Amino acid sequence: MKIRKVFLNFEKEEKWLNEMAAKGMHFIGYTFCTYYFEKGEPGEYNYRIQLLDQAPDHSEVQEYLEFMKDSGVECVATYVRWAYFRKKSEEGTFEIYSDIESKIKHFKKIAWLMGSLALLNVFIALLNTMLSTISTYNLYFSFISWLTVLILLPITFGYIRRIKQLRREQEF
Amino acid sequence: MGTNKDHIPLTEAIYYILLALHQPMHGYGIIQFVKEISQGRVELGPGTLYGAIKSLLEKGWIKPINLSKESRRKEYEITETGREIVELELSRLTELVTNGNKMIKEKRDDSEN
Repeated sequence: MKIRKVFLNFEKEEKWLNEMAAKGMHFIGYTFCTYYFEKGEPGEYNYRIQLLDQAPDHSEVQEYLEFMKDSGVECVATYVRWAYFRKKSEEGTFEIYSDIESKIKHFKKIAWLMGSLALLNVFIALLNTMLSTISTYNLYFSFISWLTVLILLPITFGYIRRIKQLRREQEF
Repeated sequence: MGTNKDHIPLTEAIYYILLALHQPMHGYGIIQFVKEISQGRVELGPGTLYGAIKSLLEKGWIKPINLSKESRRKEYEITETGREIVELELSRLTELVTNGNKMIKEKRDDSEN
């Protein structure tokens, strides 16, 4: 089964995949905004999503994926630098990060990525706005870039808020 | 350069990883070892462990072991610096436990008399 869906927040995406798994719909693949599922035993798997340090074909990431396999974790899909993992529920709980410090590091990595993409789009948008006197195409391009910035900024700030939240938890 | 003391206290994860690596071990071995000696209380997440191994290697507290080419798993072992750090942490923890026991026992004895 195929479901088209867009997520701007990986925690919500992860929650949805786990809800689907609880209903016996197991996520098995991803292409742009499309999720593929396979019918199975309800609650057979727990899913986790992680932003990798590098692209999936990088040797260090390959080593990490190998290590995940040793720990009984299956990498179901990768998309750009995102990885979708699952582990059989009967093999115990599944958390990629077991302490707040490493959770914060993961969120920081995501916030950095989203923030730099937003900044990059600001530059492209400004450039195209300036060039719009030459061609109207540049004006259209600048609209697209401004729109991307408008989407990326709230995501970035959302993750920064989560980091602050986790830091507060850590203080107690 | 700071002294070794600046790195104390260690997080629970780092402390247990360093304990585990007093013998050569690969990643999954560390997870199992830590789960066992903590009687199931501490279950290291693979992402947490991987990040910790990377930073421990950078600090030079652990080192990779050269294995034969057929072995695809990397093994690690604690270094001299690593040992010094664990010992510092152990004496800090011992102090905490000793003082805790002393105070709590005194209070208990007082209330019994």
